[in-house]
Amino acid sequence: MAKELFFIIVGSIFVNNFVFSRFLGNCPFLGVSNKTETAIGMGIATTFVLTMTGVAAYLIQNYVLVPFGLEDFLQIVAFILVIASLVQLVEMIVLKVSPTLYNAFGIFLPLITTNCIVMAVALLIPLNNYNLVESIALGFGAGVGFTLALALMSGIREELEFADVPDALKGPAIVFITAGLLSMIFLGFTGLVPLA
Amino acid sequence: MQLIKDFVNGIWNENPIFRIVIGICSALAVTTSANNGIAMGMALTFVLTCSSILISLLRNIIPSKVRIPCYVIVIATFTTVVDLFMKGYFPALYNVMGIFIPLIVVNCIVLARAEAFASKVGPLRATADALGMGLGYTWAITLISIIREIMGTGSVFGYKILGAGFTPWVIAILPPGAFIVMGILVGLMNLITRKTANSADGR
Repeated sequence: MAKELFFIIVGSIFVNNFVFSRFLGNCPFLGVSNKTETAIGMGIATTFVLTMTGVAAYLIQNYVLVPFGLEDFLQIVAFILVIASLVQLVEMIVLKVSPTLYNAFGIFLPLITTNCIVMAVALLIPLNNYNLVESIALGFGAGVGFTLALALMSGIREELEFADVPDALKGPAIVFITAGLLSMIFLGFTGLVPLA
Repeated sequence: MQLIKDFVNGIWNENPIFRIVIGICSALAVTTSANNGIAMGMALTFVLTCSSILISLLRNIIPSKVRIPCYVIVIATFTTVVDLFMKGYFPALYNVMGIFIPLIVVNCIVLARAEAFASKVGPLRATADALGMGLGYTWAITLISIIREIMGTGSVFGYKILGAGFTPWVIAILPPGAFIVMGILVGLMNLITRKTANSADGR
């Protein structure tokens, strides 16, 4: 049991990093990776939402959708609604706890709803038949992986400000190429854990 | 006239992939072969057009405070339609695309067009805009997938076009290839836009 959990967490952080090898969450990845501070804040907010999503998706799938035979055609609608409400909750908490952080997130906090990682985690749980603990591990691992990707990228982008980038590649283009190189590094983790 | 303008807007000026750079998750993930690119483009265009029409028709009924959840439900419904349709009729394609078909529901393009355009104009203009955006998305990801397929396997749409002497660059169909091809294409688009803008100024 402990071994499987370890595989799920390490797998989702490094081997199948949600940003670099599954291509999920690229919009916030490009949007908030300018500054390390914002990037890490966004990463932590997303990790929190993702872990909660793990729990919520498991419960909804196994105690609401499957018993009533709705899992085929109501799954997407049910999951997106649960995620939207979770994000709303996090937004209220952040506004109360740290208005500075809230201002820094700006438009990106409500956008966690449309962060594909959150929806993907919800969909992957029934797909892989994970139990509750495994679901939490997947959500948490995905969040940490996303935070790691954001932190790495923002560190590089802060340095890129001073680099002499060709005019046409300024902006998103150079970020994509940098992400490609980072993704190549993450390919090195292939085979670290057995594939699920 | 306005309709044509709305339609063309998404194809070049505000191309979702190359100019605005949104909705790129699916654009990077499914573009390992040209077939997947076109299929994904069609699926997204369908969801985008249907939800834009419906949201545009309902724009005076939906209260502005709960508009986002309403939009999301509309989009989720059409995504479910596409999901079940693909699962039923194209199981092989569906297996390759994996979770990226249901993930159309969180594709930023659909929600962005609903919020920024469809909720403000009539159904005709909304349709024109959605079709333009969908077409812009489709040609962009088809281009990415053709480049990746040629470099990674030496074929297009499954047909071999490069001879036996060609050594495939496997990296192009692996994740890093997607990012790098995308980066170079966005750079090229910037270059082309600047060139045309400059020559327009010169005249």
